[in-house]
Order: sequence, then structure tokens, then C-alpha cells
Amino acid sequence: MSINRRSFFKFLSLTGITLAVGKESVAQSDKGQEVDFLSILYDSTHCVGCQSCEFACAEAHGLPEPVGAPEAGKIRKLDETNRSVINCYNTSKGEIYVKQQCMHCNEPACSSACLTNAMHKTKEGPVIWRGNKCMGCRYCMVSCPFDIPKFEFHSANPKIQKCNMCFDRLEERKIPACVENCPAEALVFGTRRELIKEARKRIVENPDTYVDQIYGEDEAGGTGILYLSSVPFNELGFRTNLQKTSYPELSKGFLYSVPTIFVLWPALLLGIHEATKNNHVKEDENE
Amino acid sequence: MSNTTYAIAKDNDGKNILKFLLGELKPKGKIFTPFNIISIPIMLLGLVLIVIRFWKGIGSITNLTQDVPWGLWIGFDVVTGVAFAGGAYVITFMVYILNMKKYHSIVRITVLNGFLAYVFYAGALLLDLGRPWNVVNPIIGNSFGTSSVLFLVAWHFLLYMIAQLIEFSPAIAEWLGARRAHKILSGMTLAAVIFGITLSTLHQSGLGAMYLMAKEKIHPLWYSEFIPVMFFVSSIFAGLSLVIFEGSISNKVFSDQISDKNHKAHHGIVISFAKVCAVTMFAYFFLQLLVFVHGQHWDLLNTTMGYWYLTEMLGFVLFPMLLFFYSYRINNILLVKIAAIITMLGIIINRLNVTIIGFRWDAATHYYPSWMEIVVTLAVIFTEIWIFRWIINRMPVLRESPTWAKNQK
Repeated sequence: MSINRRSFFKFLSLTGITLAVGKESVAQSDKGQEVDFLSILYDSTHCVGCQSCEFACAEAHGLPEPVGAPEAGKIRKLDETNRSVINCYNTSKGEIYVKQQCMHCNEPACSSACLTNAMHKTKEGPVIWRGNKCMGCRYCMVSCPFDIPKFEFHSANPKIQKCNMCFDRLEERKIPACVENCPAEALVFGTRRELIKEARKRIVENPDTYVDQIYGEDEAGGTGILYLSSVPFNELGFRTNLQKTSYPELSKGFLYSVPTIFVLWPALLLGIHEATKNNHVKEDENE
Repeated sequence: MSNTTYAIAKDNDGKNILKFLLGELKPKGKIFTPFNIISIPIMLLGLVLIVIRFWKGIGSITNLTQDVPWGLWIGFDVVTGVAFAGGAYVITFMVYILNMKKYHSIVRITVLNGFLAYVFYAGALLLDLGRPWNVVNPIIGNSFGTSSVLFLVAWHFLLYMIAQLIEFSPAIAEWLGARRAHKILSGMTLAAVIFGITLSTLHQSGLGAMYLMAKEKIHPLWYSEFIPVMFFVSSIFAGLSLVIFEGSISNKVFSDQISDKNHKAHHGIVISFAKVCAVTMFAYFFLQLLVFVHGQHWDLLNTTMGYWYLTEMLGFVLFPMLLFFYSYRINNILLVKIAAIITMLGIIINRLNVTIIGFRWDAATHYYPSWMEIVVTLAVIFTEIWIFRWIINRMPVLRESPTWAKNQK
């Protein structure tokens, strides 16, 4: 009896796995835990708001020179002309600068939303956009919990603009332009594991300076950009209502049900058809 | 008028097919009808706007922003339009799977309606794509984003259009007088129906599942992990309501094509649809209630969005549901039609609440469609109606099939 039961469950789970893997292989390689992604640690207590990173970014990616300067109480938003922006916030500890760009999630919503694999989580860590694949549906923009991808609405050949952690520079064994040009050492480049270690060390060594949280360690299932701050993150315009698990997780349940329905439905429908076939033999039989 | 078509179709055995097709292309009936006078300028204007859109970019004629990247063309044309096209899978389910022969007379017109809705509303998607030349990437071209719900929806649209074309193809064969093709195509109907219903289940819910990742962006009264289930269940009565609505118009406009038998049967069909609608709407309302209770959003009810939510649920779900029940009880076809129209409005409101009104409801600036987006949408709908009318006036959709087709089985 118990053996029967066990083998039944074994069969059930095996079928489930086969079905799941067979059709929609949702669980792609995006497992942040096993691989160590390249990451950037941003320490807002070091940042002086000089905009060197903004200018370096614009130059590295052929974008127009940044307009305006960070000013408390005024939000400069990311758009299709800038991939990285510095803002100034009035907080309980005075004015604080914060840099904003793509978070390079461990399991990005944008890349799992992309139906052409144009938005792609590279195995090194950066999330990049590939124009030769993109069809411009903007589902990545709908899905991104940080609202990062920006679309060139006024172009006949529109591109998606977002930080790619200078992936092309990384391939030439150079570090991202913003990190290289930061005079205040607010930006540190490294692997995610060592940067989390470094961030923890800073928090432990200066408990009065930092709040005890690394933004990006767990947010949206963990991100490639990690933030340190001296004030709670909601004072700096961060989204603090985001879930701690990854966003692709939200549609996984639906996608896993797809192969099951594809197997069960036709059989069920055919069964009902056969069962009800002879109910109305006398009715006219024109097809 | 229709008799001449028969004559041509009958003695047309593969010969003169080009001549026959050219003849069929000519308009039938009056040109200056009120519908034509309204629709032609809008279609022309829409065409001009589409040219501007491809020349200057999507932003030149839409009000889309970086915060709201999907507007009317997705929220209404695609998401709402596909819900209304759900009638095709419901009717084919009843006729071919449950073998309810009583609905057979409306199968063709419903499938045609569904097919054209998919072609045009999914086709309108091309206008919204920034880089439409890459549209084949998820189909051919080794760029399969298999983890994307949109990938699933795109494939299903394509496959379902093929399935619907097969379901409708016997009518085309009858029109062309292609007897052998008619036999083969009729034999494929059941397979196409089963495949089509499976696809519909998945992509009707898939359209809702697309929004699952926008968890914090959609107002909590409309966001839940059950959006896919809601979208699927509501597509049943959305589709049927459209069938009732469209049927009452076709019955007047194309009354010369409908046989007396089918004319009389129509009343009974509409009344039984009222019952089906009422029952599925009850299930839907109950599901919504469960989701609401589990979501624990009682505090949100006393806000502007909360009142709007109550309006939708009570005024556009509960009320038409009761009206369907009542009209079924007293056997009143006019009330059924009124209930169907209210239900359709409710579906439009619901889909727009998820995709546009409740999407980034907390943003500083709200999205309102520009008049140009609305004109393009209207142009798409009018073009669809034109094609719809063209086919009905030529193929045996509403009228009886030619005798040879009936005898073939």
C-alpha cells in the first residue's frame, strides 16, 4: 500500500517535471546563488553629487550631455537620453545624493518578460539589450519593478535605453565608465559576493554612519547594484514596497500550468465530444 | 443579389476563377449608406495617422510616456478586443464538443467574427510595436523568449488564427465551389475546434498573466494572482454578450440572407445565452468577491478608486447578471440585449482598469489616449466591419450552404 502510494507520487512528480521542462523551460540559467555576478556597490555617504559618472556614462554610450544638476526637492528622471542620473534628497541627515540606473537584477523581470530574448541577463551579470532581436513591444518596461528601461517614442527606429553596466567595456577588460570616473570612491566594482562582504564590513565598522541594510541584497530577489545609505532608504526615493523574491516568480505558476492544460484539455474535450455525440442523432447533420 | 452569386459559384468548377474573384471584389449594394459616410473619412484619416506614426515614431501620435508604455492600442484593441472575440471558442465548444446542434446556425458568423477580431486587433499590435520588422523573431529566427507570457500569447494568437481559419474554411470552399477541398476542410473542423479551445483557454488567461509581474504598478483592488482566471472566466460572458449584440444587428442588416427557420430559432438562442451568461457571471462575481475578501483591502473601498471598483462590480457585473437571470425568467429578448450591452461596457471597464486606469494609478501624470489614438482604433474597427460585411455578402455565412455541400456529408 505505502509502496504504491510512494511510487504514485514519484510518478506524479516525474510527470510534472517532464512537462515543466519539456515545453516552457522557465527556470533558465538565472540562478544568482550559484554564479557570482559582476556588481557595483554604491555608497551614498561618499557621493558628492559631482555628476562625473553622468558625463562619463553619456560619453561612453554616445548620449547627449546631461542637462541640469542635482537639486534637493527636484527629481531628475531617467529617460531615453540618459541611462544614469544623480538626484539630491532632503533627509533627516541633511542633503544626500543618490545615483539611479538599472539594478541588474539576479533574476530580471525584463528579461523574463522579453519574448525575443532581446533583454538578456548575461552570465557575467549585466543585463543587456540587443537591438537585433527587440521588436519594441515594451513589455520589459511594463514588468520592470524599478521602471528602468526607457523607449525612444519619437524615433522611427526606436531603441530601448538602459544601463548595461558598460558590457562592451567589460569585454575589453575595462571597468564601467561611471566607476572609473568617480572621484569620491562612491562606486566600487567587483563580484557580488565580495561587494556584499565589503558592504557588511562597512556597516559593522561604522554602525553610526550606516543604516543596517544593503538595498539590493534581497530586493526583487537580489540585484547587481548594491546601495549603502546613512538614512532609511524610503527617504531617498527608493521603492521599499518591492517583494524580496524575484519577479519572474510571479508568472511562473501560470507558465507551469501551460503544458498540463495542453495535455489535459484536448483529451477532455475529445472525451466530452464522444460522450455527447449520439444525443441528437435525429437533428439535421449538416456540418 | 445573393442568387446571382449562387449561380456563379455553382457552374464554377475551377474555370474562370480569376474572373469570378474579380467580379466578387466589386461592391454590392448602395455606396452612400450612413455607415459608409461615417466610416470612410475615419478610415482615411486613420491611414494618414498610421503613415505619420511609422515616419515620426509612436510618440508623434500617442500620449504614451515612459511610465505608461502601453496605452489604448494594447489595453483596448488587444486585451479588450480579444476578450470579446471569446464567443468563438464558447460557441464551438457548445456546438462541436457538447453537440448542442441548436446553436449551429450561428457558428459560422461567430467564428468569422472571432477570426477577423484576431486578425485586426492582433494586427493592430503591429502599429504599437516600435521595431515591427523584428516581429518574426519569436516565431522564426532563434530568439525564443520561452519564459515570457507574451511569447506564449504571441504563438497562441498565430496558431488560433490558423485554427479559426480552418473552422471557417468550409464556407470559403462553398463560395468558390471547391467541392473536394470542402470535404477535406470539413473533416478538419473537430480537430481545429479542440485545438482552438485549448489555445483560447491559455491565451485568454495569458493576457491577464502578462500583468502578473506589474505587481506594484496595478491598483491592489485589481491586482491579484488570480488575474488569469478572472480574464478567462470573464471572456466567456464577454464573448457571448458580443454574440448577442452582433446577432441582433446582423439579423436586421442581413435579414435577407437568413432563412425563416433560423430567424425563428434566433429568439431561443438568445434566451439560452442569457442563462449561460448569468451563470458564468455569477461564478465570476463570486470569484471576485473571494479575491477581494482574501486581499483584505476593505480600507481601500472608501477611496475614489474604491468607489470606481464598486461601480464596476455592482453596476457592471452584479446588475447585468441579475438582468440576465430576470430576462431569462420572463423570456424577454429586449432585456437580454440591454443586459448584454451593459456587460460589454463592464468588460471594457474591467480591462481598462487593469491595463490603463489602474495601471500606475499613483503616478503624477495620468495617461489619457490622444484623439489620434482613438481615430486609429476606430479605423481598425471600421475596416474590420467592412471586411466582415464583404464576406457575409458573398460567402454562405448567415445563409444556408449550397445543397451540394449539405449532401456531401
